[in-house]
Amino acid sequence: MRYLRAFGRFWWSFIVGDDWRVAAGVAVALGLTALLTYEGVDAWWLLPVGIALLLADSLRRATRNANASS
Amino acid sequence: MTSTILIVGGAFLASAVEMVEALTIVLGVGIVRGWRSTLIGVAAAGVVLAVLVAALGPALGSIPIDTLRLVVGALLLAFGLQWLRKAILRSSGYLGLHDEEEAFRTERMQAAAAGEDIRAGLDWYSFTVAFKGVLLEGLEVVFIVIAFGSAQGQLGLAAAGAAAAFVVVAVAGILARGPLSRVPENTLKFAVGLLLTSFGCFWGAEGAGVDWPGDELSLLAVIGFFVLVSLLLVRALRRRRVPSVVAGAET
Repeated sequence: MRYLRAFGRFWWSFIVGDDWRVAAGVAVALGLTALLTYEGVDAWWLLPVGIALLLADSLRRATRNANASS
Repeated sequence: MTSTILIVGGAFLASAVEMVEALTIVLGVGIVRGWRSTLIGVAAAGVVLAVLVAALGPALGSIPIDTLRLVVGALLLAFGLQWLRKAILRSSGYLGLHDEEEAFRTERMQAAAAGEDIRAGLDWYSFTVAFKGVLLEGLEVVFIVIAFGSAQGQLGLAAAGAAAAFVVVAVAGILARGPLSRVPENTLKFAVGLLLTSFGCFWGAEGAGVDWPGDELSLLAVIGFFVLVSLLLVRALRRRRVPSVVAGAET
């Protein structure tokens, strides 16, 4: 059981890392892209814009905490 | 052609960064505690990684390409954004820069302080530290090689990029007889984060059914877009940074 937990923790940290919201946002952005494409919209622009927003938001939260704690 | 060059280059750069870190661990332990057990640990990790590639590579070939690109794209995005996020935090002064000399000093100190524990005729500390170090850094290399190679059906080319990185880093390490601290590691990590994120975005969208305007050429536009966004974010964060710096972290 201990090894299973350690294994799970390793993969969580490997894939998801410090900010789970980014990984969740990636899943949502990909899902929306697939949905729009299925509806006939070639939403090639959605993922780059979504990823840029996710990155900016994650950095904003990380640096806000850093600024607040200093 | 564009994506082929980027796949080989991306696999080379990403692998080189991980291998430089693995080299620091191996050198730190080997120099202090001797080479036999350390190198056996490296070889054992190499065997585990080779088995992993041999098992996963062909298995991925049976998955439909769009599904594979969607999954690989999502994983590369989640993984690549971690790199890019930390690289931007480092460049803007919110995280300490990765220092290979310091990592080497710490590794040597820990190796010198560790007690003697002989198991199966091996210095267990040297064996386990080298094994874990190479395995963990190597897993990232395997992940990147498999992701880059499988999504484009060019596993051999991605593996060749990683193999070239191994040769270059190993030769440089032997010549330098120390950590490769002169390698611009933080800049390389920034570049790797950008490539992982861009490839993840490109393949993820393709897997979701998108037709990129300009096909493969749009990959260059995606990379350019993320370069621009990242530089703007670094600039914005530098401006609002308070004087004190947050402690460093590793990737």
